[in-house]
Amino acid sequence: MSDIPDRVRKIVVEHLGVEEDKVTESASFIDDLGADSLDTVELVMAFEEEFGIEIPDDAAETIQTFGDAVKFIKEAS
Amino acid sequence: MFDLTGKNALITGASGGIGGAIAKALHGAGATVGLSGTREAPLQELAAELGERAFVLPCNLSDPEAVAALPKQAADAMGSVDILVNNAGITRDNLFMRMSDEEWQSVIDVNLTANFKLCKGVLRGMMKARWGRIINVSSIVGATGNPGQGNYAAAKAGLVGMTKSLAYEVASRGITANAVAPGFIETAMTDKLNDEQKSGIMGQIPAGRMGTADEIAAAVLYLSSPEAGYVTGATLHVNGGMAML
Repeated sequence: MSDIPDRVRKIVVEHLGVEEDKVTESASFIDDLGADSLDTVELVMAFEEEFGIEIPDDAAETIQTFGDAVKFIKEAS
Repeated sequence: MFDLTGKNALITGASGGIGGAIAKALHGAGATVGLSGTREAPLQELAAELGERAFVLPCNLSDPEAVAALPKQAADAMGSVDILVNNAGITRDNLFMRMSDEEWQSVIDVNLTANFKLCKGVLRGMMKARWGRIINVSSIVGATGNPGQGNYAAAKAGLVGMTKSLAYEVASRGITANAVAPGFIETAMTDKLNDEQKSGIMGQIPAGRMGTADEIAAAVLYLSSPEAGYVTGATLHVNGGMAML
């Protein structure tokens, strides 16, 4: 449970090719980390697989920042 | 020339003339094929003829639940879906003034909506693999229109717009989406035409003959190949010059 932020950060770093210290709580995937809309879909897919959860489309749309992702996954897993 | 060894292809409408020819062409190039169609017997027959690397995946595309389940069934059977050929189609011809809502809807459901769902269903695996080929079989009438086929022409034109939009979205992930638009091809569907209709059509075809299912399969094989990686959002018209688009 406590390692969720690290695992999420690792996926974001690998997928978007950004520096680890850029992935802050409020970092927006699109505005701050250079993701396009398809990247955000792929990130959600990667989160689903890493944590064995299902993220419905309407929930996926609310996951805009690193903090959003960690919060959602903590609640879901 | 084209080598599809190690690729897994799902083909809908494989029980029909064109679909069967497509399955044989892709299989002949080394692909593993998932043969989908409504009628199981011809699929089994085709699978037996192909031998190894052929799976029978019956699916009625007018059943939304069956459509939703097909991509996963295909991936489970073959290991992945690298190539999707949306070939299945139905006709419910009628004059516009007489066309019922049901005739309209059933053709849109099978020829357009089911294809959308199958494309969506295979994308996840293709995105992860950073490789994919989607080929939607449209029709010349999607571009030219045809009396009595308002529903069919709408669905086939819709496929072209859908294919282009999808091609935009996934091009950066190594996935191409293209359409093949057959003209008049010798199949059970065109056998139903009477001689007068046939000779009328012949007069409009510069090549002076109907096309063959193998000629459509060759176009699909090309668009499935690694060599066609830079071709996306295109519609390849295979019609003997009947409409030069």
